Amino acid sequence: MLRNGNETFGLVTILFHWIIALLFIGQLVLGVTTQWVHSMALQFVLIQWHKSFGFLLLGLSILRLAWAGTQTRPRAVATLGKVERFAAWVVQSLLYLLLLALPMAGWALVSSSTLDVPSFAFNLVIIPDLPLVRSEAGENFWRGAHLWLAYGTAALVAGHMGAALRHHFWVGDNVLKRMLRPSRELDEPWR
Amino acid sequence: MSCHIMKWLRIACLIPALTLVASAHADALSEAAGNYRIEPSSRIAFHVGQIAGGGIDGNFAQFHGTFSIDGGDVGRSKVDITLLPASVRAREKRVENFLRSDAVFDVENFPEITFRSTSVTRTGESSALIDGVLTARGKTRKAQFQASVSDRSRRRIVFHVQGKVLRSPYGMDVGTPIYSNVVEFDMVLQGLRG
Repeated sequence: MLRNGNETFGLVTILFHWIIALLFIGQLVLGVTTQWVHSMALQFVLIQWHKSFGFLLLGLSILRLAWAGTQTRPRAVATLGKVERFAAWVVQSLLYLLLLALPMAGWALVSSSTLDVPSFAFNLVIIPDLPLVRSEAGENFWRGAHLWLAYGTAALVAGHMGAALRHHFWVGDNVLKRMLRPSRELDEPWR
Repeated sequence: MSCHIMKWLRIACLIPALTLVASAHADALSEAAGNYRIEPSSRIAFHVGQIAGGGIDGNFAQFHGTFSIDGGDVGRSKVDITLLPASVRAREKRVENFLRSDAVFDVENFPEITFRSTSVTRTGESSALIDGVLTARGKTRKAQFQASVSDRSRRRIVFHVQGKVLRSPYGMDVGTPIYSNVVEFDMVLQGLRG
């Protein structure tokens, strides 16, 4: 149940998947909102929340990668063709990578910003800055990197979600279902 | 003979000068009695600490005010300062704009910050504790500053003034606890008689 099977995802993998998914979507909304609010006080508060959740997302992404390293990768559902399997593998690998790179770029942005605002995650833990030189150029570079990585990740997430929904509603297999709850049944190809 | 006279003359000349220095140390405040105008060359700086060390340093470029030193009773001395928060200077433009915005000073609605003393308590030969009311962002709260004479001549007097003010009673507690609730003021107020 906790661990992945040959055909199924375990509870830990499933929880990592959905918690990180929720965090990513929340962070995307929060990140965009910070650029639209007029009140500078509210903007400051929202950016601090964005940083706090970003560090949480980074921590969980690292743990998830470590966990994935100890797990077998369930076989692809039989309905997937060769190209689709490859595409899924590419997208999922990129998502693993981007969900590390995106918060890291945010951390680099904070660390290179001339504003020098400390990171105090959830007003509980001081997160030290990365050893980067503070400069306007550095800050602008990392802001751009963070922004484009966010858009890129969002595009991949949209594709990933679209594919999962297509399989669930159009093809009618259990690609999405096996990520919703752990199952003891070995393989239930499709309804 | 003439050599002796010169020696005596020199000593005689020194006596009043020494007396003046001694009295200045004994009662710098009483002797400086009078009304003063705070000169623009004064400096009103502040520091707000932050959680991982460092913090925000700034100063106000525009201010005006007066103070009077009561020679008979230093306790009846008065000080009145108005500063314009729109003139705040900090490390960079973004910080200044943040401080001017409704997040902190809200300079559009509250263009002035004032301090008016209510009592002065002498604490030493040339120092005093100044109690008063500080009005910022439409709120008036008590505040206390320590002042000491750092320089004095016949027409001017320079005070070094320090004090800590909490931000939260003025609705300016944005950024806490990352940034301290305490604003540490450090001022050099130059008064010119007039």
